[in-house]
Amino acid sequence: MELLEAIVDGMNYWIFIILMMIGLYAMITKNNLVKKLIGMSIFQTAILLFYISLGVKEGATIPILPHYYAHTSQEEQGNLVGSSDQAHAGKEASSATEGGKEKPSVAHAGSPKIDPNRFTNPLPHVLMLTAIVVGVSTLGVALSITQKLYTEFGTIEENEILDQLKSGDD
Amino acid sequence: MEAQGQEGEIVSQFWIFDLILLVFLVTTAVIALRVRDLLSAAMIFGVYSFLICLLWTGMGAVDVAFTEAAVGAGVSAVFLISTVLRTSRKSSD
Repeated sequence: MELLEAIVDGMNYWIFIILMMIGLYAMITKNNLVKKLIGMSIFQTAILLFYISLGVKEGATIPILPHYYAHTSQEEQGNLVGSSDQAHAGKEASSATEGGKEKPSVAHAGSPKIDPNRFTNPLPHVLMLTAIVVGVSTLGVALSITQKLYTEFGTIEENEILDQLKSGDD
Repeated sequence: MEAQGQEGEIVSQFWIFDLILLVFLVTTAVIALRVRDLLSAAMIFGVYSFLICLLWTGMGAVDVAFTEAAVGAGVSAVFLISTVLRTSRKSSD
């Protein structure tokens, strides 16, 4: 039973390793260039899966701060800060409607209302957004090279292309 | 801290959904690489992308999930299909 729990807890990581090895296997052994690229995409998504799994917490929710959190913490910040000019600025921000835009990032830091354990870690998400876009552009460039190879050699099988190159050398 | 306990319950039930998605994920990955028709391989790869998008929604990464749905399941599948249509549809392995 303990073994089962250990497997279930690290389930994402097992699948991440399996998917990564499937992708690597396809990249190495498949002859067809499109199949190789599908393998490369699977490899990439496996790594994304690993990073997203790192950001998950027990009992946490989506990392979006509701509006009322920002509002209450701002007023508290105005009361808590000792120095007069900052307290004044906080009061001004809470009274003026457009002043609330720049304040929240400062105001959240010291607020006791917001528990970071209730939100998933957004840092891996942001990094992986970049990785998704890089992955799809890599795929696009590789597929365009595949089309060029097809017009040049009339095939997208790697071994046939290599044979043609070899016979061209002689 | 009662709310945290409640959410813990939800999370502990979530692993079944998670397990089903992960099993389908590995299955679609293997099928996409084994099928000989490249057009079906491209479509099954689109299914794979959509499944991983569902998985990320469940893990609380909604921003990654909708980017993957648009870019992975949408644009990648279109790229693959257009390449397959412009080149050959058959694969030797």
